[in-house]
Amino acid sequence: MSDERYDANFIHRQSFIELDARERAKALFDPGTSRELAGPFDRMESPWLPMQGVTPQADDGCVVMKGKISGQAAVVVALEGAFQGGSMGEVSGAKLTTALDLACADNEKGIPTSAVMLLETGGVRLQEANLGLAAIAEIMASILTLRKYAPVISITAGTVGCFGGMSLAAGLSSYIILTREARLGLNGPEVIEQESGVDEFDSSDRALIWAIHGGEQRYATGLADALVDDDTQQVADAVRRFIAKGVPPVHRSSQVALYRNRIAALDTSRQWEPKELRATWGTSSFAEEKQ
Amino acid sequence: MEQIEFDYPAKRKVSRRAHVGVVGSGDLEVLLEPADAGSSHVIIRTSVDGFRDTWKAVLDRFFAKYDGVVRIEINDVGATPGSVLLRLEQAVEASEQ
Repeated sequence: MSDERYDANFIHRQSFIELDARERAKALFDPGTSRELAGPFDRMESPWLPMQGVTPQADDGCVVMKGKISGQAAVVVALEGAFQGGSMGEVSGAKLTTALDLACADNEKGIPTSAVMLLETGGVRLQEANLGLAAIAEIMASILTLRKYAPVISITAGTVGCFGGMSLAAGLSSYIILTREARLGLNGPEVIEQESGVDEFDSSDRALIWAIHGGEQRYATGLADALVDDDTQQVADAVRRFIAKGVPPVHRSSQVALYRNRIAALDTSRQWEPKELRATWGTSSFAEEKQ
Repeated sequence: MEQIEFDYPAKRKVSRRAHVGVVGSGDLEVLLEPADAGSSHVIIRTSVDGFRDTWKAVLDRFFAKYDGVVRIEINDVGATPGSVLLRLEQAVEASEQ
């Protein structure tokens, strides 16, 4: 490892990735202000998993916490990537949607309330099929309503990443925070390989996966707003920074023409390298075209 | 998935509930709550069928030392007996902090 990659602070960092969903959510609040809503003892578990011989989790892998960030009301929803790949089912989806809707209701009452989603998820829970799809549609509708009033911040730290329908939810949020370990994309590497063959995408090639789906690439091509180290303090600081910024003047997902034109201008007769995309779609050009 | 239940005689009142763990591969979650009855009740849901005797051995060992009157729910995805015992002890620690 070269000297410039060596970080003396590494040893003193408190890893964010190593925390479970509950600990991650709690770590973002002002100390002592958070409380969990619809927690494991409320037993809102999936009714569908046991019918299919799958052990459910008492909170359906979705942790909802309310509290204060920078002294202002906020709700944090964290998906547990270790439970069923963080997948969205009927119950976990309803918890996330309701949390966003309640935040929206508070904003309408004049209580500014931001929302943070910690997304470690493969998307729809296959065992709950259409219910999962419907849940994600509801989540997206709720994000679109809430983001008019207050910033909706998505964080993907790793190691599951954020894929499938929930990558669309991330795309609709006001700000996206990623780490270098995170991956964000619609179709995961294994899905692409399964559908289009190993020549199209080799899902065992980690360098290739991270060059395309990785947090650094997503940030460098202007598809994420912050790239932070796997450090709890850095993640929490980034959240505070974006809450202070408030609702962005233009949401990324509203810039339909910009992204359509980018795709249209891409010469697909040849193979593009991830580095070239950074040069063409990079954050600096993103800022210019936004003017 | 198999559901297994056990009862153990217990006397000591417990004041706080505790939740530890995650229903991830090789791991389990434990929900430990104070109970009123004169015995402790354990409900296990495990993804691995056919290990009733092993669960009994682990819980016999746990309740040989622990005397709280509790209701314990376990959601398991193939945790080893060692992991199960550690999670149970972690739940006890969290409930007695």
